[in-house]
Amino acid sequence: MNLEFGFNRVTGAALAEPVLDIGDLTISYGGGTPAVQGVHLTVRPGEVVGVIGESGSGKTSLAHAVLRLLPQSAVITGQHLSLCGTDLLGAPDKTVASLRGPGAAMIFQNPMTAFSPLHTLGHQLTDLLWRDRTASKEEKRERILAVLKQVGLPDPAARLETYPFQLSGGMLQRVAIAAALLMRPSLLIADEPTTALDVTMEAQILHLMRELRAESGVAILMISHHLGVIAEICDRVAVMYAGRIVEEGTVEAIFADPRHPYTKALFACELSLIETGISRMPVIDHEALRRIAPVMRGAQ
Amino acid sequence: MTFFILRRIGLGLVILLIVALLLFGMMHMIPGDPTVVALGPRSTPEMREAFRQLMGLDRPIFEQLGLFLGRLSQGNLGEDVWSRRPVLTMILEVLPYTVTLAVASFIWAVALGIVLGCAAVVHHGRWPDWLIGVLSVGLVAVPSFVVSLYSLLIFAVTLNWLPAIGAGEPGDIMGQARALILPSFAIGLGWVGYVSRIVRAAMIEAMGEAYVRTLRSFGVPERKIIYRYALKQAFLAVLSVIAIGFGGLLTGSVFAEIVFSRPGLGKMTYDAVISRNYPVVMGTVLMTSGLYVTCMIIADVVTAFLDPRVRSAL
Repeated sequence: MNLEFGFNRVTGAALAEPVLDIGDLTISYGGGTPAVQGVHLTVRPGEVVGVIGESGSGKTSLAHAVLRLLPQSAVITGQHLSLCGTDLLGAPDKTVASLRGPGAAMIFQNPMTAFSPLHTLGHQLTDLLWRDRTASKEEKRERILAVLKQVGLPDPAARLETYPFQLSGGMLQRVAIAAALLMRPSLLIADEPTTALDVTMEAQILHLMRELRAESGVAILMISHHLGVIAEICDRVAVMYAGRIVEEGTVEAIFADPRHPYTKALFACELSLIETGISRMPVIDHEALRRIAPVMRGAQ
Repeated sequence: MTFFILRRIGLGLVILLIVALLLFGMMHMIPGDPTVVALGPRSTPEMREAFRQLMGLDRPIFEQLGLFLGRLSQGNLGEDVWSRRPVLTMILEVLPYTVTLAVASFIWAVALGIVLGCAAVVHHGRWPDWLIGVLSVGLVAVPSFVVSLYSLLIFAVTLNWLPAIGAGEPGDIMGQARALILPSFAIGLGWVGYVSRIVRAAMIEAMGEAYVRTLRSFGVPERKIIYRYALKQAFLAVLSVIAIGFGGLLTGSVFAEIVFSRPGLGKMTYDAVISRNYPVVMGTVLMTSGLYVTCMIIADVVTAFLDPRVRSAL
């Protein structure tokens, strides 16, 4: 699907084997209503794909399912979930663990809690390189300093000795991105990487991610509920609602001409697009949506 | 750090002062004439009056309080009503026995409790977890005097492996160590269960932290996450509970001390209460409070040492 979008907009690279290929994926918790239902999604090398939707639409479940980070009550079924050519559906835990980091590396929503409060950042970043048993301590340190420099952290050598609580959220998110880069992953999964940050920090982090993408050509799966973030960085976007992808296309196409009523409703709620002086904030009318879009029936 | 420790010690002294004031108040509220208690019912009024003057009981209460605190600040805890020996000397005689017993019980109990708690978390939700859970609750539920009696019957009387009573001869280290085994087993056993339960709970909480998910998402092995990261956090949570528990052991080991006829602070307090030996009761209670306060100070310092957030706030 979406073959016409299957090229890298920046480098113009030809079609290649997708980094991530999700086919008909369904996730349910403890046998309840599925959080994710029949989702298809592909991310090709060097491509930045956004998944947008409101809270509870299933976008985070989808992102966490890739590396099997969901709680044990989650049941994942479907056709396939291929990461770097390996199908992870029903694969042994060992296979999944081997792809955590090198296959796909994650950046989480809240950088303030993403690191252990009791260990220095240097200690934690070094522990992430546990797979490399041949490199000496100094070699690892050099590699860590290199990525910290790459993400624009001032005075990286001194930061290695600091504890997470001594840095700001924006700084920590830079460290989290550096940690992901340390793995040299094929895919970067960013789960709302700017939601916990203020606007200035958000702009800085997005700028950084754009730079990295241009430099390293890493594929990115960007999860967000914020249209601005998606517009800023993505090539393609998938709109999720009630566990399904209801619309998918290039960012230009979707932003210029949203087709699905939910996408339209989501745009209507975008703060930067709302006219000033209105007396009521727009809300998404789920009842109306269910009437208009039959696909939603029974989904919630 | 030095300032932090000094401040903690200062706070500890304030707590001890409050304890001393409460004790002083209680002594004066106890019904009955203290001179009758001290001299016996057959003492003459003249004897009582002389005693009252000797002890300063005829003076105004605030003067008595001043005298009491003055003596206390010099480390004078008064005299045993019966033997006329200084209470401090008596306490210092038995204190080593109590502290060795408490330390011995605690080291093995906490070590085993942490191991069991970790094992339960590693096998969370599977049969070893259940087994450790049942075992731990069982150990907590059995009173230490029951363990004392049965271990005495089995290991000392029937099998004759270990001494039944006493604390060993002075200078005989091996004998003292052998005499320590059964009482420390009896006291520590319940703590194994207790510590394993709180370690398990604290570890499960730690394993739910977001940073654990980060480590997992980078494929860091579960064992490394548990022992390198979660255990450190869990230990901090358990530390203050352990410190309070240790303070409690110093007097709470009274059953084991009675069963095994060991000298100790708990037994001394018990005997003093039974014989209405108030200066000794006061002395032992003050000493226990002092030990409690010391344990809490140590726990605070260790916490500050392990937790960079606390350390930097100093």
